[in-house]
Formats: sequence, structure tokens, C-alpha cells
Amino acid sequence: MPEEVVVVVDGVLVTMPAGSMVSAAIMNAGISSFRKSVMGQARGPLCGMGICFECRVTIDLQSHCRSCQTVCQNGMDIRTCE
Amino acid sequence: MNSQRYECDVLIVGAGPAGLAAAYRVFESGREATVVDDNPHAGGQIWRGEKEKSASTSARAWFERIRNSKIRFINGARVFQQPHERVLLAELDTEFCELTYEKLILATGARERFLPFPGWTLPNVMGAGGLQALVKTGLSIKGKRVVVAGSGPLLLAVADNLKRKGAAILAIAEQAPRGSLMRFGFGLISQSGKASQAYDLKRRLRGVKYLTGCWPVAAHGTDKLERITLRQNSRDWDIECDYLAYGFHLVPNLELAELLGCKIDRGAVSVNEFQQTSMANVYCAGEATGIGGLELSLVEGEIAGLAAAGQTARARGLFGFRDKQRKFASLLNRTFELRSELRQLPRADTIVCRCEDVEFERLRQSGSWREAKLHSRCGMGPCQGRICGSAVEFLFGWKVESVRPPVFPVRVGSIAGDSPKSNVQSPKS
Amino acid sequence: MSFPTFDVVIVGAGIVGSACAAECVRAGLKTAIVEAKIIGGGATAAGMGHLVVMDDSEAQFALTSYSCKLWSELKEELPQEIEYEACGTIWVAADDEEMAEVRRKEEYYRERGVLVQVLDNKALAEAEPNLRPGLVGGLRVPNDSVIYPPSAAKFFVNRAVSGGATLIVGKKVSDIKKGGLHLGDGTFISAGFVVNAAGSWSPLLTSGSDVKKRKGHLLITDRYPGFVKHQLVELGYLKSAHSVTDDSVAFNIQPRKTGQMLIGSSRQYGVDSTQIDTPILKRMLNRAIEYMPALATLSSIRTWTGFRAATPDKLPLIGPDASNPHLYLATGHEGLGITTSVGTAKLLVDQIVGRQSAIPIEPYLPARVTELSHA
Repeated sequence: MPEEVVVVVDGVLVTMPAGSMVSAAIMNAGISSFRKSVMGQARGPLCGMGICFECRVTIDLQSHCRSCQTVCQNGMDIRTCE
Repeated sequence: MNSQRYECDVLIVGAGPAGLAAAYRVFESGREATVVDDNPHAGGQIWRGEKEKSASTSARAWFERIRNSKIRFINGARVFQQPHERVLLAELDTEFCELTYEKLILATGARERFLPFPGWTLPNVMGAGGLQALVKTGLSIKGKRVVVAGSGPLLLAVADNLKRKGAAILAIAEQAPRGSLMRFGFGLISQSGKASQAYDLKRRLRGVKYLTGCWPVAAHGTDKLERITLRQNSRDWDIECDYLAYGFHLVPNLELAELLGCKIDRGAVSVNEFQQTSMANVYCAGEATGIGGLELSLVEGEIAGLAAAGQTARARGLFGFRDKQRKFASLLNRTFELRSELRQLPRADTIVCRCEDVEFERLRQSGSWREAKLHSRCGMGPCQGRICGSAVEFLFGWKVESVRPPVFPVRVGSIAGDSPKSNVQSPKS
Repeated sequence: MSFPTFDVVIVGAGIVGSACAAECVRAGLKTAIVEAKIIGGGATAAGMGHLVVMDDSEAQFALTSYSCKLWSELKEELPQEIEYEACGTIWVAADDEEMAEVRRKEEYYRERGVLVQVLDNKALAEAEPNLRPGLVGGLRVPNDSVIYPPSAAKFFVNRAVSGGATLIVGKKVSDIKKGGLHLGDGTFISAGFVVNAAGSWSPLLTSGSDVKKRKGHLLITDRYPGFVKHQLVELGYLKSAHSVTDDSVAFNIQPRKTGQMLIGSSRQYGVDSTQIDTPILKRMLNRAIEYMPALATLSSIRTWTGFRAATPDKLPLIGPDASNPHLYLATGHEGLGITTSVGTAKLLVDQIVGRQSAIPIEPYLPARVTELSHA
């Protein structure tokens, strides 16, 4: 099992320990706004346990993915505020 | 959409401490245990990440037992519907599965209660458990300035964890008054294990400002949090920080129990001495039966596991310990009762429903949860009212009810069931 | 609690009752409206807010097209919460038989001045790329629209109240008498006319009104803006709406202004429970997935049920009760209550005050129903 994985967050390569969640990768990349609310406000993770849905991003072209419940895999393409 | 069918003897929903304790006792009694959980690994919230390298002896011991037992784990699975009696449906990333059971143990745990205040929707304002979960799953917190606020012993545990990972904890703001906390402290003395835990914690947090009778009233920043305003004794002051980790104690996760028709009493699943709910063959253990802390969750899990496996005598043997833990739970909940000033925190334009951006003023015009949902769409978003529902229960005293499947958002295909063979394409816009 | 004598008291603040209240006030009638639970909380809350012209019969066409015209005249005044969107309807044809129906509809609508456009399979795919390949074509009706009905009911109630109507919420009506009605707490409200607009509950207050419950299911997805642009209805819908005994499902999907999609539809007779009927729900969703395969991958947030008020001839009851000329019915709208609420209000008030109606009222008079039965 590799010790690290590399994911792409808004076009930027981010290296994370294996087993990390996508939400942590996004924040480590310096991005705090994951999505825009109905009225266009910047939003980021709140509950950290998969129930608030504020951490949703597009992963590998699939929208509405809860990043705090998705484990980073090598080469994952992550896009915020889509 | 692919589907799998699992025939289970004793099915346990939730792989936190209560679920794990139940699963272990089921296995040890010679029955077959299956545990289903949304997270990729067992541990629930409090033991998130503890499976590999555990900081607590209790977690280590339990994970050791689990490792040496034959228990079937289905991770990354969200239970969403009960199509017939003794059958549950759960969705995974690329498929869904049908779980049939003889006995069911609900160990669905609890979630944090978030109370809205101006600016609480800014990025980097998170749950206390929320920020801790993020750090445990890879977020780098070294050198970041964190204010921890809200209510409950979780705040201290979180501050401790974050500090050990290199965060600068600027303050811990606990809304409970000093007097209650002192009585709590004295109460702990009668619970020996807890007193020493608490003492250790206090020692590690020496040097961190612990403010009582104090709570956040506003968060400020342009695109993310820059500073927060705390209030204590009618005095407000600002603290510049990178994160606010906040939560006002915990609320039980009741949705699945409600869907199954279990009786709910005073915001928790009603159980008898054997942890049985009002529905035949359904047990419940842990925070879902009432917030009470780790040790209570563990012993309830054990009792439920033993009872479900037919080991009533052994289950009875644990009643005494459970009673003791229940006393602690009462003390816990009395101490961290939320003060009424917290109802005054939201302004007219403060967002209460984050999924649908519904402001406090719009909700004030409604007379009930149902009316609010219909006319403002509050609670009609993907969180299905889990976040805003807990808030409005406190703010307005509304009863949040009406649970329909899916109790968790799932793909249309998972609800449709065995849908025709056709290859699934990505949506085109 | 005591009240003055009203000219009209309306039972039920669903979209039909609310629209009637607003129209009564507009006509200068002293009006009261009694709602047992929540404004717009019955079928109004459960159904799709589709404003659609229908051609099942001349009478249905007359009422729906009249109503759509009224909605169109209202649209500038509708507040944002109503989410009015003129997205249009496409009737989808899956085979040659259904395509023949498309051509029949086209002729029918064209003759009556409704703007329509026939789409061949290429044009259909361009209009709605997420429909499965292999469909034959469709009929596009660009002026059909969608709204969020509970907000529309609220809007009409507010209009009525600003115009002087008395709103009583949270009180059930226990019976309707000559000269008024009794509330559950015994209060008598005296009125020249009583209007039963209680939807699927109307038979409880007016016996012999022959309104039966027809259960429906709906599902709402998360937000996927642009996934579907029109309200899409399969032409088999008509086959299902015709049957009066069997459970049926038909593909029907609506885009909301929020980007969420409402997926329907189902019809069941003789079922009283509000619980989700899993086999019917699955059938309904599988039908939808047949038409739009990518739907299977979308996130669904909620499912729910509701009861339509159905009559034997699929036309609503608008007019005086056969046995009591002071009791008016405004109910039995089945799946067209949202659309025809505004037309119903006009026809109802026309009859109460004795003014000429814009369309013939005979097909909707309650007196006709005594001759019919549910087949």
C-alpha cells in the first residue's frame, strides 16, 4: 500500500497521506470555498461526518460528492465551486 | 446498477463504539454479526482513525478484540430504506445492497448541534467534531489559530487533539456557567475513571484559556473566517483566528429508528432494559438512546449484543455498570444545558437552513416545521433537515418530524432497485 | 369566537380554495376562508406545479387553456417564491402510434390557437439530450409553465386577506348547513354561500359529490441545472390517466427553477395510506430511467405521496350542489388543480354573482355527476 497519494484539486497537484479524505486535500491546497450556496455564498465543510452536504465538490466529473466521506485516490480530479 | 444481497443474522447499523461493542458480544456469543457503516473505516466519530493507531487504551482494547473476531464489515454503505420487514437497503459508491436480518441493532450515534449566528456560514467555521474529523483525515492544522466554542466535553477533547497536532488554541469558550462546570467536576469524582481522564485532559490543556459562560456571537471575514466575536458577561471582544471549531453538544441520529417505526421519547429512541425498541427484533444502543458518553455507549452496545444473541443472563450482569454510566449521562446533560441567550443569536438575515439559504426572519413567520418546509423550503435540501432541524427545535421549540425514505440522499437508481441492464451514462447538460 | 355574516365562506385554502377566495374578494364579496391545517398543504403541496393545456376533451381544453391565459396575465405580479418558469412541455413519443398522437394533438391545438411545434427524433434529442436514443419524436408546447404551488396558494390567500377576507387557520369544518357551517369547536359561521374546496376531503362534507382519492408519488432530486429543460411527459400518460381501476405509472419529469427535478407520476385508486408504496415507487422510477437513463445516477433527496381528488369524468365540479343551491363545489380537479385553479375561481364567482362566464360552465356543473358513476 503506497504511503502517499496524489490528487488534482482545481488543476493543482496535492500530495496526501494514503487514506486521507478529499476534503482535507482541498483545504491543504489552501482552498476554503468548496461550493457556492443557493444565493451564491462561499461554503466549506461544517460537520465533517457526511451529513451537512456543505463539502460537496465534483470528483471525476461526478457532481454532489461529499468530499469529507471520499478517500483520496491517485489521479482523482477534484473541482470546487462547479 | 449492481446490487448485492447479504443475509445477516444480527445486523448492526453503525460502527462506532456502541456498534463495535455489540458486534463483538454477538460474535462472542456464537452468533453471526454484520456491521454496516457509512464511513470507510470502523470507529464512528469518537474513534475515527483510532483503528490503526489509537491514542486511547479503551479504543485499542476494543479494536484488538474486533480484529480477533470474525465480524463482517460493510463500509461505505448508507442505509436508506426499509422495503419490507427484516430488510434494509443500503447504498455504496457504485452499487446498492439488500440486507436481510433476524435481529437488528441500531447504533446510529449522534451529531453535533449547530446554532446559527451571524457569519456562521463562512468557510472555516466548522463543527468541533467536524474540524477534528478533518484533521484526523489529513488536514494540516500545524500553526493554525483555532478558537473552540459551544458546549460540552467534546470541546476539550477536540482542543486537546488539535493542540497535539500543532494547532494554536486561542481559547475554549463554553456557554455553561462556571458553577455548573464546577458541580460537573465534583460529580466526576464519583466516577473514578472519568475524573482521572478529566484531570489528564486539563493538564494537557494547561495554558489554554478556558472561558465559561462564554459563547460566539458573530463570525467575520470576506470569503472565509478572519475573526470571531465572543461574549462573556455582556462584554464582546474579537479574536483573529483561522478556524472556529464549534458545536453545542450533541443530538441523537434518529432518522432510521423513526423510519422503522420505533417509539421516540424526549428526542431519543425508547428502549427497555435489554436495549430493545418498541419494534420487534430491533434494538438500539449508544448515543441514539440518549447522549451519555463513551462508556455508556459501550455498555449499551454490549447489552444489546448479548440480548440480541439471546444471552439475557450475561446482559443482566452489565445492568449495574450501565446504571452508573446513566448517572454520569444525567450529570452531563444537566451541566451542558443550553442557555436561553443562544436563542437570540441569529439576526433577521442570518441563514438558518444552509441547504436552501433560508433566513431566520422567514422562519419566524411560520408556525410549525411543516409550514416552514412548505413555504420557505427550510429542511428540503440534501441534509434533510439534520442541521437546520436541530437548530429550529432549540430556537422555536418546533417538533421536527415526518421521516420518509430515503432517510439519506441516494441515487435514483438505488431506490428504483433492480433497474434495467442499460449502461449508465454520465448526465449531459 | 364570533363572526359577522359573510357572503361566502370557503372551505380549504389549497390552491383552488385560495384562488376562489381572491376572486370572491375581487368581486366585492365579504369572504371568509377556513383552513384546517396549513395553507396549500394538501394536494397543492404534493403535486407538480405544471401549468398545462390539455386536450382530453373539449371541456378540459376549454378550462385549461382559459386558465393558462389567466396565469399568463398574472405572471408579472407573481412573487419570486412562486418560481414561475415558462419552460414549456414536450409530449414524448416512443413509437409510431404515439407519434400519430403527436400529429393529432398538433392539429387539435393549432386549430384552437395554441402554439405548438412537432419535433422529430433529431430535434427531440437536441431539445433534451438526456432522453434515451431511439425515441421517435414529440410535441413541444412552449407556452406551458411550471410554478411552486404552495407559494401560489399563499399568494392568493394574502391577496384575499389584503382585500378584506377573514382567514381562519387551524380549525376543521365539522359540517355544512344551510346558511353556513360549523367549525369543530362548535362555532357557527353564517354565510350566504358555502364553497367546498376541500379537495380529497370534500366528500366528508358533501355526500354524493362522488370525488374519490387518487394517490400519487413524487421524488425530488438534488440540483442538476440544465439536465432537463422542459416538462417532459410520455404519451402513455394519457393511457394511465384514463384507467379508473388499475394502479399505473407514467414518465413525467419537471425541472424546477432551483435546478432540482421532480419525477413522477403514479396513480392508485382505493388506497388510503400516505405511506410510500415501494413497488409503485420503483415502477415509477424505473419508467423514468427508461426514458432518461442518466437519472439513475442522480442524487434523490425526498419522496412523498399525495391524494388527488378525482371524478368519474375527469372534469372538476364547479358550481352549485344538486341538493343545496347555497352550497357550491370547487373540487375534483384530479391532476389539473394547479392549472385550473384560476379558471375555477372565475367560473365559480361568475355563478355566485350571476355574470357571464368566458367559457361554457355546463360540463363542470355538479348536477351532471348524479347521472354518472365511477366505471
